[in-house]
Amino acid sequence: MPFSSLSHIQTRLDNGETTAVEVAQLYLDRIAAHNDALNAFVHIDPAHVMAQAEASDKYRAEHGARALEGLPIAVKDIFCTQNGPTQCCSNILKDFHAPYDAHVITKLKEAGAVLVGKTNMDEFAMGSSNETSAFGPCRNPWNTDYIPGGSSGGSASAVAAALTPAALGTDTGGSIRQPASLTGITGLKPTYGRVSRRGIIAFASSLDQAGPMTRTVKDAAMITSVISGHDSGDATSVADAPELDWLAACDKKDMKGLRIGVPKEYFVEGMDTEVRASVEAALKQCQALGAELVDISLPNTELAVAAYYVIAPSEASANLSRYDSVRFGHRCENPEDLLDMYTRSRDEGFGAEVKRRILTGAFALSSGYYDAYYLKAQQVRTMIQQDFITAFENVDIIATPTSPVTAFKLGEKTDDPLTMYLSDIYTIAVNLAGLPGLSQPCGFADDLPVGLQWIAPAWREDVLLGAASAYESTTDWHTKAPQSFGGEA
Amino acid sequence: MDIDVQKVAMLARIRLTDDEASELTPQLNKILGYVDQLAAVNTDGIAPTAHPHDAAMPLRANVVTNGNRRDALQAVAPKTESGLYVVPKVIE
Amino acid sequence: MSWEVVIGLEVHCQINTNTKAFCGCSTAFGAEPNTQTCPVCLGMPGQLPVLNTLAVDKTILTGLAIDAQINLESKFDRKNYFYPDLPKGYQISQFTIPLVEHGHMDITTKSRGDRRIGITRIHMEEDAGKSMHEGLEAVSHIDLNRSGIPLMEIVSEPDMRSADEAIAYLKNLHQLIRFLGVSGADMEKGQFRCDANVSVRHPGDEFGTRTEMKNMNSFRFIKQAIDYEVMRQIEVIEDGGEVVQESRLWDSVKSESRSMRSKEEANDYRYFPEPDLPPLRVSQLEVDNIKAGMPELPHQLRARFEAEFGLSAYDADVLTQTRNLSDWYEALVAAHPADPKRCANWMANELLGRLKELNKNIEDSPVSPDEFGKLMDRMGDNTISGKIAKDVLDAMLESGKSADVIIDEKGLKQVSDTGAIDTMILEIMAANQGQVDAYRGGKDKLFGFFVGQVMKASKGKANPAMVNQRLKELLKA
Repeated sequence: MPFSSLSHIQTRLDNGETTAVEVAQLYLDRIAAHNDALNAFVHIDPAHVMAQAEASDKYRAEHGARALEGLPIAVKDIFCTQNGPTQCCSNILKDFHAPYDAHVITKLKEAGAVLVGKTNMDEFAMGSSNETSAFGPCRNPWNTDYIPGGSSGGSASAVAAALTPAALGTDTGGSIRQPASLTGITGLKPTYGRVSRRGIIAFASSLDQAGPMTRTVKDAAMITSVISGHDSGDATSVADAPELDWLAACDKKDMKGLRIGVPKEYFVEGMDTEVRASVEAALKQCQALGAELVDISLPNTELAVAAYYVIAPSEASANLSRYDSVRFGHRCENPEDLLDMYTRSRDEGFGAEVKRRILTGAFALSSGYYDAYYLKAQQVRTMIQQDFITAFENVDIIATPTSPVTAFKLGEKTDDPLTMYLSDIYTIAVNLAGLPGLSQPCGFADDLPVGLQWIAPAWREDVLLGAASAYESTTDWHTKAPQSFGGEA
Repeated sequence: MDIDVQKVAMLARIRLTDDEASELTPQLNKILGYVDQLAAVNTDGIAPTAHPHDAAMPLRANVVTNGNRRDALQAVAPKTESGLYVVPKVIE
Repeated sequence: MSWEVVIGLEVHCQINTNTKAFCGCSTAFGAEPNTQTCPVCLGMPGQLPVLNTLAVDKTILTGLAIDAQINLESKFDRKNYFYPDLPKGYQISQFTIPLVEHGHMDITTKSRGDRRIGITRIHMEEDAGKSMHEGLEAVSHIDLNRSGIPLMEIVSEPDMRSADEAIAYLKNLHQLIRFLGVSGADMEKGQFRCDANVSVRHPGDEFGTRTEMKNMNSFRFIKQAIDYEVMRQIEVIEDGGEVVQESRLWDSVKSESRSMRSKEEANDYRYFPEPDLPPLRVSQLEVDNIKAGMPELPHQLRARFEAEFGLSAYDADVLTQTRNLSDWYEALVAAHPADPKRCANWMANELLGRLKELNKNIEDSPVSPDEFGKLMDRMGDNTISGKIAKDVLDAMLESGKSADVIIDEKGLKQVSDTGAIDTMILEIMAANQGQVDAYRGGKDKLFGFFVGQVMKASKGKANPAMVNQRLKELLKA
């Protein structure tokens, strides 16, 4: 059972074949057995998990099942939860206990989900390998010398190793999709504005979105169906977003009539040949399912990483100013004066990558540089968004590799921040354009998972879910799991 | 690009030791050198995007919804006294 | 060579919505520290702002009242700086496209006459909390109740040329704000705060370097500070130095200004568009509705009082200082429509002074407009003289009784009966034959003596006009 999908567990719960308490115990045992090797979870409160499971069984008996009744879902340490600490894997929030739940956490609770614990992440979501976490790196269950991707590395690793059947992540430049790809699971970043950001520790406000990380496409739809929807407490969550039948969208078994755009800028010289082979094979499979592959161009693709690494750090530099040790968070010992309190607390509390991004952002916004950096990047963002709008006039959906490479070794890219930034090359443009994106497993290269990325027009997660479901229904990549953790390879 | 890292660190209120500064400076210069490629892009007449979608701001009714939660909210504060946050003296 | 003074004013005015700009916390004044805060206005992790619709409406109303343009689409920006009373480390404000632009305020001063002062913009932003250092050694205390209260920042063009013009502008603006009901504008409570940008130049030259004067919390201090700063700048320049662009704090105890320490590298606010707030869009229909609901403005009210009630400009000004006053006056005239000028005269000269001594505002007057109107009626129908009416008013204020009751109880009815008056006059003439002869012999000044005697004999109740008339008659030779 541990490698079952959420949907399958739900069926067994509904049939009375198991209970929320049994399910919770199963996963708590697996966490106890395997978390040390992976460091996927940074906080676990078994008593609280069991209490939730008991309450769920009781609720089911008295009132019937809610949408996610009794289903375990792990939560990236970026979501504020009243139970347990919320630390964003940073020393500046060490032992911070939020006096509120994130809006999506409330929605999961109201749907009867059992929140399993907080998962590891790159500090303040700044990273692509989970190596900037203040609580130690997370490891990829397919090979524990390798990174799981980031920033939602802990969630990815936990789901891939079946320490939990599902998890929540966030995605600012690829942080759900890339780790999903590197660990062989499914990850969905909804359209910007689809899911409330309230109570999610902000990294880059115009790019951040929360989304599910799961074993199957349908599981992703189940969770998104619950967490999406306008929140009057988040002015960027869109009020009149087109409603979708999330689960019905997953019924697709073929791709007849689907026009899939394949952007030439995403299949360049120098990309990993095996990754390329996997993705091309996947595209052939899509053709077999009735899709038409259409060559398209997203001409400004090359500028996406540069634009992102101006915009995201700029927004982050302001979002992280609140960590000034006045009202919460780490304060240095015996500050000499106010300036010392600020500067030393923040030096002690923030890791190197966070510092790099804050400084980059402050610089890009500073007097004399704003036009050349920030304004310019926002203009390029418009161009990138337009590329997609133009492409979608001719195709229904776009398919690309999620990551140019498979997982790399711990420590392999930490010397050069810029090299690390280029890991996001295929995912970043999607955030800049505010579009929905999904990654699903499509093969292996050197025994490490390869991910296929789908990109749809704004508000058309149904198209993503349909294509991904059809592909998944005719392949078995999503059933593979690392043998060293009990899965079938 | 040659960034005055201590000047920017001051804007961001982050203390950098000399070691940190000398490690960060080349890294930041490299990152800024990379993003400098944007300068060569012709963006004449292109409006900047601050929000991905063309949506208007939703507003909030003028109704008091919050009461006094001082104790709960100050439970996480590093230093308070009689309900006030305490910091080293602010000099005008 | 002569000097020209150039003054621009920035007013931060708290909007009197009872919740904050971006969260549902109360804005009530005087609460215990930090009891009106929430995760949003405390800038806690993950918290997001949502704008108060009434604050928007009140800003639009203010913009319409100064004949400004309302931008149907405006944007919010982050203004970044570190200060313990600024929880997020940035203030949400409007930098590039404010809600209101290009308005004006008309003023009049004795020295420079009628002038139109341009108002560049009114933008919305949030207030910061309060830092307190008084009596504390090494620490400061922070109260964030004020953090997040909505503000209008009203920025004038640098059009003023004297401290008097600056004060006239501020007083007019202050009055307008209160008339509109968009702010309590209580300067002592920090609801209406003014910073002055002051520079000097020789007429015809480019603008000089300006300094920003802060911490002046009354009109008197603002005038003192501007006058001081003008002298200081002139001295600096005449001594061969240059004025430094800086912020200066006014010390009202020492009556001097000093440079603010923390403005070394002049704050680089790194403004950029607020990503948590999409553009604010208001429709022309909404703006039109707000305009339709605009109350009568001070200058309109003054003009109407002069035209409709025949008041002097001075009286009209006194009675339109606040809406409470003008409402009271209009209610008074409704109660005593026969003589609006008498109403104005008595309200301005007799009632207001007495209320001030009782430390009361017009809205707390123990005597209602209706009751006061009846007092006016008794003068109008000659029941009592003006002199007696003052005593009646004092008694009304003290006892709460009506004019009629007091006149009755104290037997203050005026004697207007010619017969009774004649009797008194003849008695006095008989007792003062010498003065009668002297008066008839040409000593006209003695007329006053006889008037005084009659009033004394009648205990003030004789109708003065009647006394004059009968005395003239009876004293004829």
